[in-house]
Amino acid sequence: MSDSTRSVSEPTRTTKRNLLATLEIDTRLLGMIGAFIAVCLVFNFLTDGRFLTPRNIFNLTIQTVSVALMATGMVFVIVTRNIDLSVGSLLATCSAIMAMMQTVVVPNVMGFGLEHPLIAPLAVIVGLAAGAVIGAFQGWLIGYLTIPAFIVTLGGLFVWRNVAWHLTNGQTIGPLDNNFQLLGGINGTLGETGSWVFGVLAVAATLYALVAARRSKVRHDFQVKPVWAEVVIGAIATVAILGFVAILNAYDIPTRRLQRSFEDQGLVMPEGYTAGYGIPYSVLLLILVALVMMMVARRTRLGRYIFATGGNPEAAQLSGINTRALTIKVFMIMGILCALSAIVASARLTFHTNDIGTLDELRVIAAAVIGGTALAGGVGTIYGAILGALIMQSLQSGMAMVGVDAPYQNIVVGIVLVLAVYVDIVYRKRTGS
Amino acid sequence: MASEIDRTGTPLVELSDLCKAFGGINAVDHVSIDLYPGEVVGVLGHNGAGKSVLMKMLSGALSRDSGEIWVNGEKAEINSPRDARRYQIETIYQYLALADNLDAAQNLFLGREIVTPLGFVDDAKMEAETRKIMGRLTPNFRRYNTPVAGLSGGQRQSVAISRAVYFNAKILIMDEPTAALGVEETRMVAELIDELKKQGIGIFLIDHDIHQVKALCDRASVMKNGQLVGTVEVDKVTEDDLLGMIILGKKPEVAA
Repeated sequence: MSDSTRSVSEPTRTTKRNLLATLEIDTRLLGMIGAFIAVCLVFNFLTDGRFLTPRNIFNLTIQTVSVALMATGMVFVIVTRNIDLSVGSLLATCSAIMAMMQTVVVPNVMGFGLEHPLIAPLAVIVGLAAGAVIGAFQGWLIGYLTIPAFIVTLGGLFVWRNVAWHLTNGQTIGPLDNNFQLLGGINGTLGETGSWVFGVLAVAATLYALVAARRSKVRHDFQVKPVWAEVVIGAIATVAILGFVAILNAYDIPTRRLQRSFEDQGLVMPEGYTAGYGIPYSVLLLILVALVMMMVARRTRLGRYIFATGGNPEAAQLSGINTRALTIKVFMIMGILCALSAIVASARLTFHTNDIGTLDELRVIAAAVIGGTALAGGVGTIYGAILGALIMQSLQSGMAMVGVDAPYQNIVVGIVLVLAVYVDIVYRKRTGS
Repeated sequence: MASEIDRTGTPLVELSDLCKAFGGINAVDHVSIDLYPGEVVGVLGHNGAGKSVLMKMLSGALSRDSGEIWVNGEKAEINSPRDARRYQIETIYQYLALADNLDAAQNLFLGREIVTPLGFVDDAKMEAETRKIMGRLTPNFRRYNTPVAGLSGGQRQSVAISRAVYFNAKILIMDEPTAALGVEETRMVAELIDELKKQGIGIFLIDHDIHQVKALCDRASVMKNGQLVGTVEVDKVTEDDLLGMIILGKKPEVAA
């Protein structure tokens, strides 16, 4: 059938490609990183260099974790043309459940006593299960009973916030178990050596992934980018990872705190001894979740179906994809991530409070949207959402450091959200994607 | 089109007494048609005549209220698109079947991804396979890594057709395959239909264009208001006869 078309000469490949195209870097991502760096530099200038200190960068990362965790799940939710307004409230319910597990159920009802090693794992398992079940239930209401996601989760916003209140009789619950607190940020870090080991492993894994991807392309005779481009990307990744580790290691644990930990072990601290915090466990958790979610998005059928359904629900159905079951899965993932966020958020406070996670739904949606997730569905990236969360958190803590009052901070964040989406619209029009 | 179709054996597909109602309106009302290997049967009718609903019951996109579907002389249980695919029934929809945000390979394998032993989707393999099959059908296609939203109507159609060919369709449903195409691309689809016929594939072709039907089809089944007006061999009737069937629901003297 193709006699006529066969004679058409192969279009000559444009040999002249610009630098970014050669490196195959997503220009959108680059723009976001640029915006993030700009925010950091401006605040660093305004605070006379206090913004870009190891201490503040450390705080920034642990403050970002909770919203960033949920934002990765919100990407899937929004990509499938849904929305979840209940994440902050669901976080509160999961937090309340885990707090009650730690302070009442496991120590008293099950009789293990306080500070038993089983408390934290049991609390976490029950909390995650609760998040999964509640999320799946909301997904069922949306997928099978076809109630709009906006309505189901708006209801959830009211319900789960107050279920949390009911579970705790409206009280602040704590202090939470010591092991549980390890996931809160500053109370649990890898230490300097551990962080370096992690950094080196991360670099090795990154380089391996680059090589493996190139090999796979070569095996199928696809075009590959020049070797120097691969080397540049590998070098940038290496510097970024090790630089991040170095910064977190440079934040020293206060001397008095070190002394106490030596005394706890019956030792005397040597003169002039210092130790850095290193990477917090909560940040490790975020990295792990981000990797898993990226794998799901790009390398699994589930992820493929999520994006296909967002792009064209009817086509997805006609291709034999069960879009209803898919909705349940997406909201279940969201619920589990809310529970993970609940662990980080309550462990960081060392208490469960009634207002934990209040307004988080808006921050999470904003992070995903600033990160390039389109509300029309079908488009969004996990790393974009995490970067979006980071940009928002930088803006807020930066303004707090400069001395901007909280209400004004919110005004700025609101404006930035709208502006970011407008810039995205302009960008998409220009690039025609 | 010469109709030397052998209609003495078992039909490839037999739709028997199918019914489908939407809220009291009989969209498809006791319709029976059949299709033999290597044959193209046009399904004609006005908008709302029920032809799309009829085809959607065959492709599993809609469930049927009553009636039976027989494939190769055996009763087929088709209740979902997945079921239909098991019977090697593939559908080419004009507008619905591609996810705009995915690229050609991702669309071609949607719902039937090639996975690695670890269960991850093997994009490189799928792209290589897509290059093979699409290279055969449209040799000058290059845009394998862009979302199909950026492709022309013809290119999108070739993705859909490649999908049917790649998965060895035995029964093909084409819903106005040339509605959005230019002259050259329409000719390409016509040539493809000829080639598929030679391979013994049976094709149901939903179309509005009488010329096209006369040119491409062996038989035509005309529907009006959910009912089958009749099935005729297109070579034995005139275009006016066909129009009369479509508009007036009048069966011509020379029936098949």
